[in-house]
Amino acid sequence: MNDTTMPTTQAIQVESLSKRYGKNAQALSQVSFEVGRGELFGLIGPDGAGKTTLIRILATLLLADEGQARVNGWEVRRDYRKIRSHIGYMPGRFSLYQDLSVEENLHFFATIFGTTIKENYELIHDIYVQLEPFRKRKAGKLSGGMKQKLALCCALIHKPVVLLLDEPTTGVDPVSRQEFWEMLKRLKEKDITILVSTPYMDEASLCDRVALIQKGNILSIDEPGGIVSAFDKPLLAVRTNDMYRLIQDLREFESAHSAFPFGEYVHLALRNSIWPEAIHAYLAGKEHTGIEIKPAQATIEDAFMELMTQE
Amino acid sequence: MKQFGIFIRKELYHIFRDRRTLLILLGMPIVLVLLFGFAITNEIDNARIAVLDQSKGEMSQELTQRLVASGYFLIDENLWEVAEIEQHFREGKTKMAIVFPPELQENLRRNLPTQIQLIADATDPNTATTLINYASAIIGQYIQEQARGQAAPMQITTEVKMLYNPRLKSVFMFVPGVMTVILMLVSAMMTSIAITREKEIGTMEVLLASPLRPAMIIIGKVIPYILLALANTVVILMLGTFVFGMPIKGSLLLLALECLLFVITSLALGILISTRTESQQVAMLISLMMLMLPTILLSGFIFPIESMPLALQVISNIIPAKWFIIILKNVMLKGTGMEFVWKESLILGGMALFFIGASVRNFKIRLE
Repeated sequence: MNDTTMPTTQAIQVESLSKRYGKNAQALSQVSFEVGRGELFGLIGPDGAGKTTLIRILATLLLADEGQARVNGWEVRRDYRKIRSHIGYMPGRFSLYQDLSVEENLHFFATIFGTTIKENYELIHDIYVQLEPFRKRKAGKLSGGMKQKLALCCALIHKPVVLLLDEPTTGVDPVSRQEFWEMLKRLKEKDITILVSTPYMDEASLCDRVALIQKGNILSIDEPGGIVSAFDKPLLAVRTNDMYRLIQDLREFESAHSAFPFGEYVHLALRNSIWPEAIHAYLAGKEHTGIEIKPAQATIEDAFMELMTQE
Repeated sequence: MKQFGIFIRKELYHIFRDRRTLLILLGMPIVLVLLFGFAITNEIDNARIAVLDQSKGEMSQELTQRLVASGYFLIDENLWEVAEIEQHFREGKTKMAIVFPPELQENLRRNLPTQIQLIADATDPNTATTLINYASAIIGQYIQEQARGQAAPMQITTEVKMLYNPRLKSVFMFVPGVMTVILMLVSAMMTSIAITREKEIGTMEVLLASPLRPAMIIIGKVIPYILLALANTVVILMLGTFVFGMPIKGSLLLLALECLLFVITSLALGILISTRTESQQVAMLISLMMLMLPTILLSGFIFPIESMPLALQVISNIIPAKWFIIILKNVMLKGTGMEFVWKESLILGGMALFFIGASVRNFKIRLE
């Protein structure tokens, strides 16, 4: 096992990676980034941004058309066998055997990676404790959150150097999502590098660093705080009784930079600072009722929207 | 090795936990053999016939008795007029009518040519032909006996001996046939479905991203089906032997090895299908259309290859089932050894190697 660690290299290195499906679908174009050892790195972007393609290339399941990628120093095309032995991969879709019990699934994956549940139990202990009461239950009969925890256990059971998680929290309830992220934080402390993709912007703040990805391009790579602070425009949260018309009207407002729905409000970014009263008057003139305007704190979603419109 | 063991165990869990499929896999051979054995048969037993005896002599009486005594026929009714015949057929009561002409007795005595009319219901052509053949044979034999002693004109009598299946039982035809179909079904169709299922539910992605070698994934998946196919073989052979009296004249070991060879050929085909398809449904359709239909129709199981148009005869050569059925008949019915089936075995083996080679070429170590 001398070759498992090469301390001089980064955990993941991606260099101008491009991938195209068919003639027109450019899944990735010239993507480059690096993930340091023990880092929790988030890949944030909407559906179809290229997150799954990127993770699959790193998991040696797809070949890139151009560019290079290394996982733990190993080249993804040539050294795919070494990578497969030392990474944990969790696909976006639940991919365990539904007709096997929790215990049987875990035992199966431990054995095919040449290890046992006992050997690495301390690694999955925190997670598996929650599954233990259901260990005889068929995986197909678990709730969405439980399924993801089991899948994480199965991906971890061989103590991988790098963990690749493709949208692990999609379709999972908010409580389980939060628990899942706490688990990832604890795994990070055990020196496992984690690359996780998610379409949920609010999860970005839980990562050490994030890459915002859109249509196969990386828009920005930074710490979550850095991405938010890059957003420098005055921001207001506006709401009226007719939300649909509100967005249209705000976008036509002369001082408006952008307007996007954000929960029950519309986030209005301004070109220059103006008095809220001016906006109030503008909206009242457009026959809006129940007008509410308050200052808002920029979030990563605002930053992302901003980056997207710049593209 | 440990990885291999757990893989097979996992596969067995899949098979045994899918109760419905398992029931079909184990029950189908039994149902098929019994169905072919009892229901779908060309043999004639107590077929109802009508007799219109216009001669009313002792010879026509004797002939009628001979027919009944054979066990193949049962007199449904004695008719009085020609017009009644058709009505009788329309009512569907009889399969065949015999008309003895008024001059029968006279002609036979004088050794003149005479005609007896056999009318059969040809809506079922196979039965009609068989009935006419049986009746003609019995009548012919009677006439010969009558003619004996007299200065007969020159006569050639043929003596027929049906080798290997003296009583022309159709069981001897369909046991090898059903066995072939079942082995094909379990080996080719079930494995192609089982492998594509892993692709469909996404577990193939996880298996590929693991240190498991592709060959191990495939072999691990097919071994349980080899066992299942061989279990089915044993069941079919036992049913054939104990219920229908089908002999196994050749060596059992040779028979088992040939079955294994055919199973491996079919498995290789199943694997090849699974490497080219992404969903269970497509795999099943391809297995059915490209494997099951030719196996049933073109292998000589139901329709004799010799009577097919030339083009189909040529095509039948690339169907593994054809060669396997020839081997089965040779070993089981004729009791021949390897010296007479080596050519067919070699062809099957060659096909197996070809399909395995093509599967290896087609297997993807990645997702695309």
